[in-house]
Amino acid sequence: MTLPMGKPLRLVFGETITALAASDPRIVVLDGDLGSSTQAKLFEDAYPERFFQMGIAEQNMLGVAAGMAKVGLVPFISTFVAFALHRPLDQIRVLIAQTGANVKITAGYTGLFTGKAGKTHQIVDDISIARAMPGMVVISPADEVETKAVLTWSVEYDGPVFIRLVRDVTQTLFEPGHKFQFGKVKVVREGGDITLISTGTQTPRVVDAADILAADGVEAHVVHVSTIKPLDVAGIVAAAERTGRVVTIEEHTVIGGLGGAVAETLSEHRPTRVDRIGIQDHYTESATDQELLDMYCLSAERVAQRVRKLLASEGPVTSCA
Amino acid sequence: MTADVAGGATAEEIARLEDMARRIRVAVIRTVAQCKVGHVGGPLSAADILAALYGRILRIRPGEPGWPERDRFILSKGHSALGQYAAMALAGYFDPEEMFTFNQKGSRLQGHPDMNKLPGIDISTGSLGMGLSAGLGMALGARYLGQGFLTWVLLGDGECQEGQVWEAAHVAPRYGLDNLIAIVDHNKFQQFGWRGDSATHRLPPEDPGDLVARFRAFGWRVLEMAGNDMLEVVRVLEEAAQPTGRPTAVIANTLKGYGVSYMAGNYQWHMGVPTEEEFAIAMAELGESDGGDA
Repeated sequence: MTLPMGKPLRLVFGETITALAASDPRIVVLDGDLGSSTQAKLFEDAYPERFFQMGIAEQNMLGVAAGMAKVGLVPFISTFVAFALHRPLDQIRVLIAQTGANVKITAGYTGLFTGKAGKTHQIVDDISIARAMPGMVVISPADEVETKAVLTWSVEYDGPVFIRLVRDVTQTLFEPGHKFQFGKVKVVREGGDITLISTGTQTPRVVDAADILAADGVEAHVVHVSTIKPLDVAGIVAAAERTGRVVTIEEHTVIGGLGGAVAETLSEHRPTRVDRIGIQDHYTESATDQELLDMYCLSAERVAQRVRKLLASEGPVTSCA
Repeated sequence: MTADVAGGATAEEIARLEDMARRIRVAVIRTVAQCKVGHVGGPLSAADILAALYGRILRIRPGEPGWPERDRFILSKGHSALGQYAAMALAGYFDPEEMFTFNQKGSRLQGHPDMNKLPGIDISTGSLGMGLSAGLGMALGARYLGQGFLTWVLLGDGECQEGQVWEAAHVAPRYGLDNLIAIVDHNKFQQFGWRGDSATHRLPPEDPGDLVARFRAFGWRVLEMAGNDMLEVVRVLEEAAQPTGRPTAVIANTLKGYGVSYMAGNYQWHMGVPTEEEFAIAMAELGESDGGDA
């Protein structure tokens, strides 16, 4: 069975912050001239006086957000991840993360799905960068249900939060009413043969991959990590202990992201073999979403194929097909 | 009754602020001499501005640094932290003796201002080009929240080479933020800069008049002042605080290292530690009697 498609997370972003703003006058939005893409335009329509267009100037935008937070507002950032994290990185470090400014860096267009925009817009190292920054919380929700829950939670959390959003329609994993638990992993499928750990909108594809593997008699234990930082160490250790063998899967570089975090944690707390499926050390390119998932070994079929190979192999498997 | 000489300030008030500026300079040089590290030239060029702000212009309560209605002040040229610390100490935020902990392990007085450690710092700085953006956020926030405080940002002229300054300069007039005032300490030097006629002759970060023209082109109200002349500093900063529907940039023409003859106009005193002899000269020139005792 394949999980059904849901709303694009960017639409969930626009709808949710607009709904939250009704009861919380502290919420404002800063846009880097991409509100029509990020769907922050929904917020502008509802609250034009709380929507601050900052133009195509993101270093300033993140600095403005810090200043607004320091006088008591809760600013949300509306732009693509390349311009929400990478370009204004030093501004985030000095003005937001170090000072604990209550800014929500809602980073649009993470991962491969950028409407064929190619390497400049396909950011696949944001987890590595954001999680290395002291004071930063990093969350990668799985689907529309969890995105809504994470955004709602983030308003009550006093401090900087980096939230990964996705452009295109993604599969729905959770039932309405699913509770987001900050700092806790979520077991989304029980199994005893191999542990698959995933994050963000890759998790539904891993759940589908687990179904494919089950047809071959392999029962995967699937764990979803929405809070990448702070990482749920006990949850990761328990997931590893369940099967004794771990594969991480992420629509992100294998360097320093979820796979890196899991490997670091297990090597210290419970040494376990960890194989990392993700994007290798190179730049990605323009293609359709499905082509990209196949190219980078992230579609359900490819993940299942790769896991089967890993189970049959003593060493690492780097080829996708 | 004494006649006002600048804004609402009397001659006595100006003399008091001049002495505060002098004491800022003394404190900066004493601290650098004792701690054996620190920026000197920038705090000295900005001492009169800092004295005017902390001694008169800013609506602050040093005993209640988190007072929500306080004016905000951001030292965007964060490497002049010693000047800000001295002004804050003299204004009553903390005991001036704490100056001597500067830069040392466990000190609240970090090499660059840290709002997590020192109450009264409105935002951490130290990476150039960022302060005006943070100030813009505070000013926008004040407008949205209906609060009447002003936000003052002190920048360096070399700092204005950072593109982010002009990103902020572009946005502020769009929102008509007349509760935001940028002061540029135009002391004509940066740390190293472009070579002039020789290795020790360095060209200024900006040609004279360029900063005025640039801020004006971006839609700001621009005021100029002799930034080491207290009478003029007070007059112009009080004018800057008056709302006109636009943000205000004050270009303060200053001299780097002002107040000490051998430091003034010498780029090599951007950072530096005076020898005993140099220290004595500096103290004497600044009117301190205990010349040789750092």
